Amino acid sequence: MSALLRPVADTGDRPATRRRLPRGTRPRGAAVGLVLLAVGLLGFAASITVGDFPVPLRSVPGAVLGTGPDDVVFIVRELRLPRALTAVLVGAAFGVSGAIFQGLARNPLASPDIIGITAGSSAAAVFLIVVAQATGTALALGALAGGLLTAVAIYLLAWRRGVASARLILVGIGVSAVLSAVTSYLLTRAEIYEAQQATVWLTGSLNARGWDHVRPVGLALLVLVPTALVLTRHLRVLQLGDDTARALGARVEQARLGLVLVAVGLASVATAAAGPVAFVAFVSAPIARRLVRTPLTIVPAGLVGAVLVVLADLLARRAVAPTELPVGVVTGLVGAPYLIWLLARSHRIGSGG
Amino acid sequence: MLGLLAAVAALVLVVLASIAVGAKPIPLPTVLDALLHYDPTQEDHLIVHSLRLPRTVLGLLVGVALGLAGAVMQGLTRNPLADPGILGVSAGASLAVVMAIHLAGVATLQGYVWWAFAGAAVVSVAVYALGSLGREGATPVKLALAGAALTAFVGSITSAILLIDVATLDQYRFWAVGSLAGRDGAIVEQVLPFVVVGTVVALGLGRTLNVLALGDDVARGLGQRIAVGRLLGALVVVLLVGGATAAAGPIGFVGLAVPHMARALTGPDYRWVLAVSAVLAPTLLLGADVLGRVIARPGEVQVGLMTAALGAPFFIALVRRRRLAEL
Repeated sequence: MSALLRPVADTGDRPATRRRLPRGTRPRGAAVGLVLLAVGLLGFAASITVGDFPVPLRSVPGAVLGTGPDDVVFIVRELRLPRALTAVLVGAAFGVSGAIFQGLARNPLASPDIIGITAGSSAAAVFLIVVAQATGTALALGALAGGLLTAVAIYLLAWRRGVASARLILVGIGVSAVLSAVTSYLLTRAEIYEAQQATVWLTGSLNARGWDHVRPVGLALLVLVPTALVLTRHLRVLQLGDDTARALGARVEQARLGLVLVAVGLASVATAAAGPVAFVAFVSAPIARRLVRTPLTIVPAGLVGAVLVVLADLLARRAVAPTELPVGVVTGLVGAPYLIWLLARSHRIGSGG
Repeated sequence: MLGLLAAVAALVLVVLASIAVGAKPIPLPTVLDALLHYDPTQEDHLIVHSLRLPRTVLGLLVGVALGLAGAVMQGLTRNPLADPGILGVSAGASLAVVMAIHLAGVATLQGYVWWAFAGAAVVSVAVYALGSLGREGATPVKLALAGAALTAFVGSITSAILLIDVATLDQYRFWAVGSLAGRDGAIVEQVLPFVVVGTVVALGLGRTLNVLALGDDVARGLGQRIAVGRLLGALVVVLLVGGATAAAGPIGFVGLAVPHMARALTGPDYRWVLAVSAVLAPTLLLGADVLGRVIARPGEVQVGLMTAALGAPFFIALVRRRRLAEL
């Protein structure tokens, strides 16, 4: 089984390319980061100003601070700002989580969706929607618990004098299959109205998200992203393979457990807030990697995720206005063509994979 | 070899069980009698011939197709996480069925078949074409990423339609879980040619996949025409999974998990992995279908759900038992 479990090395993992790059890539990384930040800010500003009730950009700062007409203050502070912030934070969380999983697994197809974390959240949430007609905080807490429990179950099932990445992922796929079956079963047994509610949740939606959603995701990012950055040093070594990493003196097991915890935490919290927004966790790291041209891209992946979700939500709100689509419908429509374009444009040998 | 024989024996047992077990249990001697000396005046014989047999044959076809396609796909992309759906086949079929319901008002299982197959073919051709763009042609990583990206793209359109049109969702959700129920001989005949051709070609791909597994450079050095091998593999996957999905709806997990199970029995030689996958997959599928008929009487649980529920614990145990060496 061993040789066949060898994952595909994604772009830039080739030693030759890597040795040449480090110096030249730092300015590129910074430039890409600045551009992403600028695009993200533009999208953020647009999503606060644009809507059924347009708010001029110049009155936004005042409204955020609480001065200005009451209706504008209410719309900005209670509706648009928390929603836009949720979009940014959820996108960043999914992006970082996906980048970590793909780095750990050394496989560009790995992401929280495939490993089964979001499947756990989804099964729990759909169960609560269909059986208990849950909404709001109860639903979010249930999804969070579902995701975390699933992660614990996967880790325990994969534990056998240590957890090898390959085993962790394959176990995750198995668990994920069972949980998806549970979700589908519940969907076929549900009343059609509840099935529709569940479908919206499963697509990922930012509709009616407020400060209650911003706080937990923001807190999680604040704690977990720095942790991830510290642990990334180990991830770099882990990318050489478990045996090599151990030989180099890396404490493989602790580093991996730490990174898995970070990635699971981010994915679960983000899923609880917005549902398993399709595709963000999967696509952010490959896009970031192709923009920055280094193999490990925690922060750029987070930025790409945030920008993707902000732009997608803007589009989801306005594309067929006044109907608002769930953001998860649009993330795929926006992210997929961009990734394909990046793939097609890869002129350098090796940069296409 | 021993593993293959055991798997074949298990498959024969499951096939007999699939004909015997159901709302009206039919004793095994009667089953054999109905198969060998068909007598249309007997009720049991009639059930066997008009209901159980088509369903079992379809289960066999779908199982063989998914198992083989999974093994081919993992070899082709050199990625153990690639399931046949990564080429966009299931996503294309799903979108086509949703459009058939939403736009054309198609409401029968037979009606879905051609839509699903056409959707699968169009999307997977697009995946292959997009994965081949750029300087190096269709590399495994580009194929996998392009497939995942287009799957998400097509999936977005599907969910957009489903969210706008509740009536379509109501119909689609029962197709989307994957089931063998209510499929008659006509559906079997519709997809039979695709699956048979796909199976024959797939079983002959073992050597090619073995060489491709060594990496593009080595494969080229050994005289393998990589582009031809890869294209042939992709065509096989489309025929097999397109046919299976058109007939029974999107059934996940089998295509992903069964090749791993086969590999645990035989080792990495694709000639064996393909053969054993082709036997194990229908065993799992039919076993799951039989169990699904029994556990929720008088209703039944769809085979797409049962394969995951039945196969996953087995799969996890298998993954735990073996030491997975790193490269």
